[in-house]
Amino acid sequence: MNNDKKKNLLLGDQAIALGAINAGLSGVYAYPGTPSTEITEYIQEHPLAKERGIHSKWCTNEKTAMEAALGMSYAGKRALVCMKHVGLNVAADAFVNSAMTGVNGGLIVVVADDPSMHSSQNEQDSRFYGKFAMMPTLEPSSQQEAYDMMKYAYDLSEKMRLPVLMRVVTRMAHSRAVVECDETINENPLNPAENRADWVLLPVNARRRNIEVINQQEELKRLSEEHARLTIKGKGLPGIITCGIAYNYVMENIGDDANYNILKINQYPLPAKAISELAENSSEILVAEDGQPFAEEQILGILPHAVTVKGRLSGALPRTGELDPDNVRAALGIPPRPANTKPEAVVPRPPALCQGCGHRDVYEILNNVIKEYPGARVFSDIGCYTLGALPPFRAIDSCVDMGASITMAKGAADAGLAYPVAVIGDSTFTHSGITGLLDAVNSNSPITVIISDNLTTAMTGGQDSAGTNRLESICLGIGVEKEHVKTVVPIPSNHAEIADIIRGELAYKGVSVIIPRRECIQTLRRKNKKQNA
Amino acid sequence: MKTDIILSGVGGQGILSIATIIGDAALSEGLQIKQAEVHGMSQRGGDVQSNLRISSEAIKSDLIPLASADVILSLEPMEALRYVPYLAPEGWIITSSKPFINIPAYPDEAALQAEFAKLKHVVQIDVEGIAAENKINKSANVILLGGAIDAIGLPYDTVAASVRRIFAAKGEKVIEQNLTALRLGYETKK
Repeated sequence: MNNDKKKNLLLGDQAIALGAINAGLSGVYAYPGTPSTEITEYIQEHPLAKERGIHSKWCTNEKTAMEAALGMSYAGKRALVCMKHVGLNVAADAFVNSAMTGVNGGLIVVVADDPSMHSSQNEQDSRFYGKFAMMPTLEPSSQQEAYDMMKYAYDLSEKMRLPVLMRVVTRMAHSRAVVECDETINENPLNPAENRADWVLLPVNARRRNIEVINQQEELKRLSEEHARLTIKGKGLPGIITCGIAYNYVMENIGDDANYNILKINQYPLPAKAISELAENSSEILVAEDGQPFAEEQILGILPHAVTVKGRLSGALPRTGELDPDNVRAALGIPPRPANTKPEAVVPRPPALCQGCGHRDVYEILNNVIKEYPGARVFSDIGCYTLGALPPFRAIDSCVDMGASITMAKGAADAGLAYPVAVIGDSTFTHSGITGLLDAVNSNSPITVIISDNLTTAMTGGQDSAGTNRLESICLGIGVEKEHVKTVVPIPSNHAEIADIIRGELAYKGVSVIIPRRECIQTLRRKNKKQNA
Repeated sequence: MKTDIILSGVGGQGILSIATIIGDAALSEGLQIKQAEVHGMSQRGGDVQSNLRISSEAIKSDLIPLASADVILSLEPMEALRYVPYLAPEGWIITSSKPFINIPAYPDEAALQAEFAKLKHVVQIDVEGIAAENKINKSANVILLGGAIDAIGLPYDTVAASVRRIFAAKGEKVIEQNLTALRLGYETKK
């Protein structure tokens, strides 16, 4: 790792991280989220980042991350924000307004989408965010491009005085390839912004900035045209538009010498001129893009109705799920390779809570208690403990977004539901649960909140959790009554005692917080291994 | 040279360590590599897989198309069968023979063997048995890799050098254990 100039075998995430370091990064801000986590982890472990003192501590959530990065940019330095696609919903207020303020030091927002929902709640496509925030958006098609784009994106950000959105998908973030790296450049000096009127988004300033950003769109389009790669093989041949990694699936099927006209897009807003030129020379257009039909929808508006445009909307490609070499092959009209069918003996093997995990104790106890309270509901949240929805526990009734367990329990209590229970993890609680708990306290809602505390952000691999050792004081500070904040240790010999505590708090008609606390067995195992080594 | 490999198993069994060794060996042979893996929720005791492509030519897709995998390398027999649609007509399955049963509906041994019998090139190795016999329990995955070296098409010495590099930080004893594992796996084919 020390000699970065040689060829490195890197995940897409790591290529992005190294590209940022080598482009003079001064700080990365992020909350862990699959498939984006490894960007920040790589920077945390990188020798040059350590030597330079590049900020890389985890943030409490994506919004605090986005704002801190904007602050670093304000001070003149190059900053990076990383998150998964749904994290951008949390950061959206800061994200959209960062285009309104503009930037000082270069600012890149890397968002990792998860088509096929390998580890997510939805399939939203972050390019839509880039469009309505009017931000230049980049989408690499290879790990090498991802690396190279970081320097380009910082230069672009500083030249246009706008943040740059970089969108990747799971198969880019979590795929390894050989990446060749160049020299590293120095960090920007401290140079705080002076143009106060841009940074104070009072309506009078925001209206002016809005027009300025709208006026910049022509230049952004010109840059997209410049970076689009149009290959016309011949008039009247079928045409293909590829966005990001879709290019690879197309090339896998047609090879370098095939008779197609191809437009490879890696930058948005869409290059309308290149698209029109492709259409003029092609018999029809296939739009291959991972995620939602973002480009296809717009292309239908760019091209005359007479041009046949195929893609996810037309049904040529599946409407949902990630692209792969086989569904792209079908869309190209190439017959499928004869393949074996999946053997009947093969059954699903869903993920499960680890043996020995404290969440298991919590659900076992809760299931036993809840049986005694017909009509009770358990609202849960995002984390390992969401696996409590599956057999053998089937213990939870909801999982929607970070923090929703507490607020949904409150809303259900407002509606008159008896015994609403919230189950949330420690890291999710500090991410987005605290404000909801304050709402519940202010309404004296009769809810029982269980913060299942494993002292880490476990699902994404054991990153630091923002409120470790301070959960009780946070709850007390918000105003939960002292006698209704109870900490327990979820081990089998304590089950009967914990069950009684839950019964007692269910009977209490106000806000209770029970904190079963036991270290994640995965982080414990790693710690022991390190000590024994 | 081109080899498309699907690595499969159950979360926590160590398929990614095998991928790391093959990747390092391919890199030192000057080959191109693409390796797609899935992190996150699926790693909690569920089925896991990784697509590893090595080639002397440029590789396009990170994912292996249907009916194209030259090798399915699996640390669990049912997990090997899960990816049979991706197996090329002349492709090889090289798998641990020992089921990992953490689900109620796990098929019986006869059903699994009936499926393997339908396929042309299947090698089942009792990697856990060999590991236990030789007191190298933690290196069962490297035994499997040893058994697949010829099918993968990399020179034995190159892979051994990679084992040495990958485990370098863990000390000479761990390196030796894994080199033994690699050799034992390799010898199962003799």
